Amino acid sequence: MERTEAELIAAVLKGDNASFEPLVQKYSPRVFATARRYARRDSEVEDIAQEVWLKAFDKLKSFRSEAPFEHWLMRMTVRVCYDFLRGHQRNREASFSEISEPEEDWLDRFVADSSSAAEDADAAKLLIGRVLDKLSPQARLVITMLEIEDRSVKEIAKITGWSVALVKVRAFRARGEMRKILARMTQEKYL
Amino acid sequence: MNLAELHNKLIAVARLQKPDERVPYAFEKRITALIAARAVVDRWAIWSSGLWRAAVSCTALTMVLGGALVYLTATANNGKDLSQDFENTLLASADQPDNSSMP
Repeated sequence: MERTEAELIAAVLKGDNASFEPLVQKYSPRVFATARRYARRDSEVEDIAQEVWLKAFDKLKSFRSEAPFEHWLMRMTVRVCYDFLRGHQRNREASFSEISEPEEDWLDRFVADSSSAAEDADAAKLLIGRVLDKLSPQARLVITMLEIEDRSVKEIAKITGWSVALVKVRAFRARGEMRKILARMTQEKYL
Repeated sequence: MNLAELHNKLIAVARLQKPDERVPYAFEKRITALIAARAVVDRWAIWSSGLWRAAVSCTALTMVLGGALVYLTATANNGKDLSQDFENTLLASADQPDNSSMP
């Protein structure tokens, strides 16, 4: 008979480490999907996922079963991703001179007629990845959760541990930061 | 160029991209193995931290006892010296040979 999540957690807390494995198996796809929003290389994504699970194991005692385990785990995942972003800020200041030809073509199409630039084009995906990489960790976290994942401000506040007002302020600044990056990108290309 | 429109367009592009949920093969086994390996290391850590604590408390006890011993020895010597000095002073005249009776 398959054990419930609560039973598995209770068993792990009693010292049965093997009971942790089904939890890892069940929730790893979500952890990996979230990590891939913030890291590009497979090795980095795996490092993030590994850190999330080791932290989850260490802090399992602090898990209160009032909220679902998944929510608790996702909060931890986002925090580990945020720490990852803060530790990898080196390439943020690089210029946009390395934009590839397809990306430039996409931008040209957008400038000529914004509706003709397809949203599912690979070049557009590369371009948004490049822009997100240039954002500060806070801005990237807020833009990703608020605008890309379409989460509410309250939800973001709960996940990050920031107050609702702080999330709003950071969202405002993040949008401004993104506009500046886009302005710099277009200036480098068209001026 | 309309930056707000470009912003919205790129966000729309990002929204269309559903992140890959692929998990490396036997990832859960790797995590369990790591946890088990850490548990072994942790046992050593517990031992070493216990030994360190014992060493620190032994050193502290030795220092306290050493200090007490030095203090007690010093006070004991002082007492002895005082009594000896007192005795010497008191019996100084008695210890002196009586030269007056000598021829």
